[in-house]
Amino acid sequence: MDILSNLALGFGVALSPYTLFLAVCGCFLGTIIGALPGLGPSNGVAILIPITFTLGLDATSALVLMTSVYYGAMYGGRISSILLNIPGDEPALMTTLDGYPMAKQGRAGDALVLSGVASFVGAFLATIGLMLLAPSLARVAFLFGPAEYFALYLLAFCTLGGMASNNQAKAALAACIGLGIATIGVDSSSGLPRLTGGNLHLYDGVDFLVAIVGLFAIAEVFFFIESHGKGSSIGVKLDKVGIPWGDIWDTKWTMLRSSAVGFIAGILPGAGASLGSFMAYMSEKSIAGEKGGFGTGVPKGVAAPEAGNNAAAGGALVPMLTLGVPGSGTTAVLLALLMTLNITPGPTLFTDRPEVVWGLIASLLIANIVLLLMNVPMVKIFVKILMVPAWILLPGVTMISFVGIYSLSGSYFDLLMMVGFGALGYILRKLDIPTVPVILGILLGGNMEDALRRAMTLSDGDVTYLFSSPIAIGLWVAAIAGFVAPMFLRNILKKPQAITD
Amino acid sequence: MASDRIFGLVTLITAVAYLAAATQIQTNLFSGEFLPKLFPMLIGGVAALCSLFMVFKPDPEPDWPASGSWIAMGVAVVVLAIYAVLLKPLGFILPTIFAAGILSYQISPRAKPAMLAGIGLSLGLFVLFKFALGLGNIVAYRIPTPAKLWDAISILIPFVGH
Repeated sequence: MDILSNLALGFGVALSPYTLFLAVCGCFLGTIIGALPGLGPSNGVAILIPITFTLGLDATSALVLMTSVYYGAMYGGRISSILLNIPGDEPALMTTLDGYPMAKQGRAGDALVLSGVASFVGAFLATIGLMLLAPSLARVAFLFGPAEYFALYLLAFCTLGGMASNNQAKAALAACIGLGIATIGVDSSSGLPRLTGGNLHLYDGVDFLVAIVGLFAIAEVFFFIESHGKGSSIGVKLDKVGIPWGDIWDTKWTMLRSSAVGFIAGILPGAGASLGSFMAYMSEKSIAGEKGGFGTGVPKGVAAPEAGNNAAAGGALVPMLTLGVPGSGTTAVLLALLMTLNITPGPTLFTDRPEVVWGLIASLLIANIVLLLMNVPMVKIFVKILMVPAWILLPGVTMISFVGIYSLSGSYFDLLMMVGFGALGYILRKLDIPTVPVILGILLGGNMEDALRRAMTLSDGDVTYLFSSPIAIGLWVAAIAGFVAPMFLRNILKKPQAITD
Repeated sequence: MASDRIFGLVTLITAVAYLAAATQIQTNLFSGEFLPKLFPMLIGGVAALCSLFMVFKPDPEPDWPASGSWIAMGVAVVVLAIYAVLLKPLGFILPTIFAAGILSYQISPRAKPAMLAGIGLSLGLFVLFKFALGLGNIVAYRIPTPAKLWDAISILIPFVGH
């Protein structure tokens, strides 16, 4: 009953005509952002954060708007995966495996609607799982001291590095770049500047929004300059769109299983949505066996990764809200949003500001239903938007990013730093160095250092204090395993490559 | 091969410089002698180790673009940097026409559509920001004095700017 009364509180906050209007706007905008090639959930939300901030919306409205955009972008990503064979972000890669062949068979409309329903099922079940699991995890999180928190942050970096990258050293280096940037600025305990190189602009530190927009959005421009915008407008024609009731009914167990798999993968700190869609697809593939025909355009191959992906996105919110540790690039961006709105995720969030947590959960449910209702009849409009050529889209995105970052501080220095991060992002991605750990490092560096300092102060400099409780030891073991194990599993669990024409 | 080695070397030098800077961090009575230095030194150490790993065990060479694309990307960086410093003294409309137009030309090298894209994006976004989103104070247009213009440009010139 506790949950129901909490949920009623959440809907009381999130269900006013004004916030409903914002949810519809956010879902529409988000689907467009997700559908546009080169703009995914992470950079789409990242560009919009400073602008939302400048608009002066209150915390609840901003949260409703941005979560709608976030979920909308997750939905929209599948449109370009299915029609153009271009995944909008990494988790959408699995959807191209069966979605694009299905579209080539002339069933593009069926694939789009089916994936929409699968996304809804995955996201809806994950939101319910979040409601059930998060409050109890928040209670466990009260047992966490500085030593446990330090180990937890380490775990996030280790698993993220282990899962998301092909080379452990590169992932760890990316995390170090982010953490190193986070240490720049005025030191919290001494009040003296450190590592600023005497530059007055750096006394405030490096704003994480500058880094996120630079690494995600500006870097994309360089990729489009390199490819000259080719490969963005050829695709499969969409004829008529109906609702494939038969396919939806046939894939019901696939959707439920994939949602469960995705949700569990999403909860692991640092693993996130790509692991969720990958594991959902692979487990359904092995259940279906050889005769299942996965990879040739079967409905189950579309439903499984979409349900898994969206369930993982919901699952990733569990560690993000209760512990303040995001599980993926997109949840890292959502964490940035919460921090911009002056909301600190953590166990105290559930007791101190229940209206924010439950308002967020209610707005997730609202966004989900709005998206399902919006996507089926309006899919043709979204497909039209895919035809915006890159030479208009990318300059536009760049200019919006500039105005957004400029509106934060009004300083040219932030803009120059953003361009620098854009160039860095291009080089890093070219060298196969993941950029998400950089973002995570900048976001979490301050908290991680605080945890370490508090641990060292409490124990009077005794290093063994970091391994003094069972929880801390467990987290350390998990961190080391999460970092080392993928090296050996990499040959066994090979990611399927996207098909080419 | 070579790219990873070069990048590893660059990050190694950066990590060592960072470590050296970390030992010089000022401390006082409130912070204690060691605490502000501890975390940066840990990071610097791990980064140096990872860099060494990249130098000695590099991955295969990535597909770098042809030299023409490098020039286009270099131009884009310079244009964006100039745009960044001119946004304040000149306002939104005029710099955006040029920056968006040049970027558009770099992505798809056709002069006329690129020009139209620049003008269209500049005016369209101006209307969007000023009238729909109420950010008029940020995108307002201004007419600068030559001195202010020079101040802005000189930021980009090493040792001249401030």
